[in-house]
Amino acid sequence: MALTREQMASRVAKEIHAGYYVNLGIGIPTLVANYIPKDMDVILQSENGMLGIGPFPTEDEIDPDLINAGKQTITEMPGSSYFSATESFAMIRGGKVDLTILGAMEVDENGDIANWMIPGKKLKGMGGAMDLVVGAKHVIVVMQHVTKDGSSKILPKCTLPLTGTGVVNLIVTELATIKVTKNGLKLLEHAPGVSVDEIIKATKAKLIIDKNIKEMVI
Amino acid sequence: MNKIVANADIAIRDVFDGATIAIGGFGICGIPENCIAALVKLDVKNLTCVSNNAGIDDFGIGLLLQKPQIKKMISSYVGENKLFERLVLSGEIELEATPQGTLAEKLRAGGAGIPAFFTPTGAGTIVATNKEVRVYNGRNYILEESITTDFAIVKAWKGDALGNLVYRKTARNFNPIVATAGRVTIAEVEELVPVGSINPDMVHTPGIYVKRIFQGSNYEKRIENRTTRSN
Repeated sequence: MALTREQMASRVAKEIHAGYYVNLGIGIPTLVANYIPKDMDVILQSENGMLGIGPFPTEDEIDPDLINAGKQTITEMPGSSYFSATESFAMIRGGKVDLTILGAMEVDENGDIANWMIPGKKLKGMGGAMDLVVGAKHVIVVMQHVTKDGSSKILPKCTLPLTGTGVVNLIVTELATIKVTKNGLKLLEHAPGVSVDEIIKATKAKLIIDKNIKEMVI
Repeated sequence: MNKIVANADIAIRDVFDGATIAIGGFGICGIPENCIAALVKLDVKNLTCVSNNAGIDDFGIGLLLQKPQIKKMISSYVGENKLFERLVLSGEIELEATPQGTLAEKLRAGGAGIPAFFTPTGAGTIVATNKEVRVYNGRNYILEESITTDFAIVKAWKGDALGNLVYRKTARNFNPIVATAGRVTIAEVEELVPVGSINPDMVHTPGIYVKRIFQGSNYEKRIENRTTRSN
């Protein structure tokens, strides 16, 4: 069975370690926060200018001056700090953020990522993604394995305008966990009930397959 | 020194057709609502607007896109504004898509007298098109030019007659750097306070950057994505 969005988020959360400063992108990455163990010492960064994101507010706590980069209302944790966009991206480009988790339209064998525009069709802008992928120590992409019309989003070479080159470390989809290595994409895990053959079939990029492929633990 | 003006109309009175304007805010959080409304009323056209986002269709900078009064936006993310996306895809408005950190640094550098800088952000992407590339320690960096503007418009929580500003929570965002990048910087604040009542250690934008200041009114402070938990 392919994983649900929540299960994908839960799998990605296992890549977060105590002491990490983490930046979460919009969509499934935002859900990852729900699966970080409560007692784990992790601080969430929001690129609009905050360290220490807390849970969503109750109706009474809503504050229009307090939002995350997805423009959602949030709360602050004890020990939070606020700062300007310059300071925010100084810490991002400066390599202080341990991990960024973001969505993508395409990822390829070189660890290139495309996630901000489809020429002539869709224009969102890159936001902070180009800075995050060059600055964060680890970059994880969490996304659907194939597009709505069934074509692979994991390619030998990205076709859309790039967000960054050679920056992605790990890809988590509803079917598999794939590591970007110097030699190409290595299949690490398959989703429960999903065969390696099904993954190969859904992936246009070449996958390195060895005997140690594990089942994803959700 | 007294930089207080009566209202937004007076604060932005000399904005002219074809002017470049940097505007603070992130989405519609921490935006200068009063000044944007005054710009709509003034009906200036062909503006080049530097702002991280383009607001939403019917609020924030989105209001300046209705006619449109803007000919070019320099922004990082415009995903929440359908009208803007349509205007750009049809070629009616030009968009210089700029990575968020690069946009922030362009404004910082501009305000700080630095004409250009090298950044790793965007290397190997279309952002690097026609830009000088230099290799430091085996890594590619691209040359980005800084930004200064005719006008800079910011929104702060508190301010005084000297132009000292304090922002609140994530409404700070681009405001402090936008404030440094304008030849004329205009600040609207929720509350004007007496000179001396802001603790000097707590000033976010020192008054030297601000030319005009006024206390705004009728803030809507709309929320783009209202997300809550039940308990």
